[in-house]
Amino acid sequence: MTSTAKSNTLHFGLLFFLAIAFLVLPEYHSGNLARIMILAIYAMGYNVLFGYTGLLSLGHALFFSAGMYGLGLTMHLNGWTPAPAFVAALLASTIVAAIVGFLVLRTTGVAFMIVTLMFAQAGYLTILYFGTYTRGDEGFALQQATRQLIGFDLTNPSVRYYTALILFSVVLLLLAYLVRSPFGRTLVAIRENGERAKMLGYNVTAIKLQAVILSGVISGASGAAYALLFGYAGATFATVQYSILPLLWVLVGGAGTTTGAFFGVLFMTYLIDYASGQTNAYLIVVGLVLVAVTLFLPHGIVGTLRNKYAGWLP
Amino acid sequence: MILSTCGLTKAYAGVAANTDIDFDLPVGQTRAIIGPNGAGKSTFVGMVCGRIPATRGSVSFDGTDITTMAAHERIRKGMAYTFQITSVFQGLSVRENINLAARRRLGKNKLAVTRKTDEVLERLNIANRSDQLASNLSYGHQRILEIGMGLAQDPRLFILDEPTQGLAESEVDDFNQLMKSMDTETTILLIEHNMNVVMAVAEYITVLDQGMVLANGTPEEIRANTAVQEAYLGTGHG
Repeated sequence: MTSTAKSNTLHFGLLFFLAIAFLVLPEYHSGNLARIMILAIYAMGYNVLFGYTGLLSLGHALFFSAGMYGLGLTMHLNGWTPAPAFVAALLASTIVAAIVGFLVLRTTGVAFMIVTLMFAQAGYLTILYFGTYTRGDEGFALQQATRQLIGFDLTNPSVRYYTALILFSVVLLLLAYLVRSPFGRTLVAIRENGERAKMLGYNVTAIKLQAVILSGVISGASGAAYALLFGYAGATFATVQYSILPLLWVLVGGAGTTTGAFFGVLFMTYLIDYASGQTNAYLIVVGLVLVAVTLFLPHGIVGTLRNKYAGWLP
Repeated sequence: MILSTCGLTKAYAGVAANTDIDFDLPVGQTRAIIGPNGAGKSTFVGMVCGRIPATRGSVSFDGTDITTMAAHERIRKGMAYTFQITSVFQGLSVRENINLAARRRLGKNKLAVTRKTDEVLERLNIANRSDQLASNLSYGHQRILEIGMGLAQDPRLFILDEPTQGLAESEVDDFNQLMKSMDTETTILLIEHNMNVVMAVAEYITVLDQGMVLANGTPEEIRANTAVQEAYLGTGHG
């Protein structure tokens, strides 16, 4: 098989397993998996910028929450239906990412991390400031009656699961296509050696801005889907914790791999789930496991597999 | 003239690295820039290709004033630049390195990109290494790969900053052959320390000393120039 065929087999195989997983798993786990797929979209969005372009942002909660509130507020306050509200979410995250990207790309390295963190904090405080509409930390629920899409009830577990799967598939296949495309190869080139890319005639700043926007929109789509499928929007999702999480997921799963984001979220979710069932001090356990993963799998789960056994892994 | 500079000057915190350099390079010529360490050679080509902003003065390329253009825009006009310190995409394959150079110019035409890449790999005798990661290449092959990235752009002006630094003697001979095979295709601006290379490939030489042009001339004229001998070649070693 060529590496393209192998990569297609991997992606469609994963989607196939997820499609039948709902039928065989108990409801608790399939519910978990729906959430994991939505958060994996967020991690894939993050991975575009961190794993492929080499830019470490600490402010992606801003894009996630731009999507979450883009959908949440238009549905909650304006009574929009899910489809146009989802479009509003994509627009909101595009605009936020474009503005933030335009400003933060003047910095590099540590300054880039700090400035993205600051923008996300400003976003979080903005949500609190407009508490009259956003209900701040407490957040607001989206009523079941409004969460209907072309005759389907999105609160129904099976509809929710397969809606999550469809969105996840779209983003995964888009990412798989992207990383093989000239644009994706150029992102990797910038990650590897930005100065060289510039001296080959690539407009590195403009390409990085496109990557920020793409990454922001995918993250925003995840936030919107989260609000829509789980019926809640709250300022917690704009906190720094939700900027750190995608970084951890991607590091654990494998930065710069298409499937690493999913396996990172899967691993972390079940790690926390299992550890919190064993002890109240579960964060210590989680912390220790993360240290071990970083020590023994420095390139993450999929990244290590790629380095040791399967160089074709996309 | 493919390249002209007028009064090009670079000062770092008041210390002049280049002072009022007027430089003209006709189309098709292979020009070497030589000079002792710290003469300002790299600073000069850095200002030409846009990596280093000039303090004052102007640069024009093929009749267009490019002084205010960003580096990537200048490259797009038809310059190629190879770094003094090897700068390839370490984590990518040899083929992908060349592809990136070819693709920027040839764009979405996949066939043309592949053809160009194959042609460059063949020409540099590295086709059998095309799937290796650049980081796994020997130093000499990395230098060759870097030159290949320049070739893949079909530049109208090819700037090479000390391309033979650190190469073995046999590799230097190969490099000389390559330069000679290119001199009908493009204009070459070569910064070089190795006088054997300079005398073998350059049609014309510019000597920089302390950030200023000390002399211009054919290799014979430069060899005979007493000021150059004093400043750089060392009397009796010409």
